[in-house]
Amino acid sequence: MSLDPADRAIVAETQAGLPLVAEPYAAVAARVGLTEAEVIARMREMCRRGVIRRVAAAPNHYRLGLTANGMTVWDVDDAAAADLGARVGALDFVSHCYLRPRARPLWPYNLFAMVHGVSPDEVEAKRGEIAGLLGDACRASDTLYSKRILKKTGLRLAGGR
Amino acid sequence: MTLDHTDSRLLNALQDGVPIGPSPFAEVGRLLDLSQDEVIDRLSRLKAAGIVTRFGPFYDAAAMGGAFCLCAMEVPQDRFDAVAAQVNAHPEVAHNYERGHRLNMWFVLATETEERIGTARARIEAETGIAVLAFPKLKEFFIGFRVAA
Repeated sequence: MSLDPADRAIVAETQAGLPLVAEPYAAVAARVGLTEAEVIARMREMCRRGVIRRVAAAPNHYRLGLTANGMTVWDVDDAAAADLGARVGALDFVSHCYLRPRARPLWPYNLFAMVHGVSPDEVEAKRGEIAGLLGDACRASDTLYSKRILKKTGLRLAGGR
Repeated sequence: MTLDHTDSRLLNALQDGVPIGPSPFAEVGRLLDLSQDEVIDRLSRLKAAGIVTRFGPFYDAAAMGGAFCLCAMEVPQDRFDAVAAQVNAHPEVAHNYERGHRLNMWFVLATETEERIGTARARIEAETGIAVLAFPKLKEFFIGFRVAA
């Protein structure tokens, strides 16, 4: 998927957020040298292509009390994994949900779901909900809690750093 | 800062996404029976208080042309901090977490191309003498995650 220079200018200008003004796309347009209508048309097109997932607020989980998180991992029958993964991803306490390759014998798990809660007990309870949803299709599971953040940098536009 | 009922309604609505158009805050205000100015004022306060980190487009980094891969290593406890420093020194390492498992170091490689993922992995393995297991995403599921405010 390719972005032309005007798209890339819009991405660079908006990836840290839109200005909180009455007409934010007009403000972006003024900064990148396009018209408001062009910025809106290009961003709608990026939405259609999946480059933009949505335009929304990103809340700080920690400030809203969701201080516990666990990476739950599941060994799910391959034949059922796509259907069950979609149902797990749709749960409102799962923030990321992916199928990934196993690395046996150390790592038998193929479904990863990041679970958030106000406490470790709540994460465990939600993990139980996922276990119930997966049922017999799941052979083994584990939860990896983060002990320490060793490095954290924002993901930026490739070539933009 | 504590959230009042209107802040909570606004934050819940803004997480669902706002259509791209000339006056997005007026649109949201219409749904919630708030004026455009009140939406902007409240959102500005939520952002200043750190409750909202940003409002804007969520870009799919892979769709923009980058390559990403989750990786894990089994690092001996007595070498953990030294290996963490070696791994973190690579600019391709976007984030890195210590987790409670035999595979105790989990990080994301972010590069401009797929080939550079392999190069970065090989370099980290050569420097540390520890295998780097790669867990590229095979499928990503639609996410229903919302923080109830």
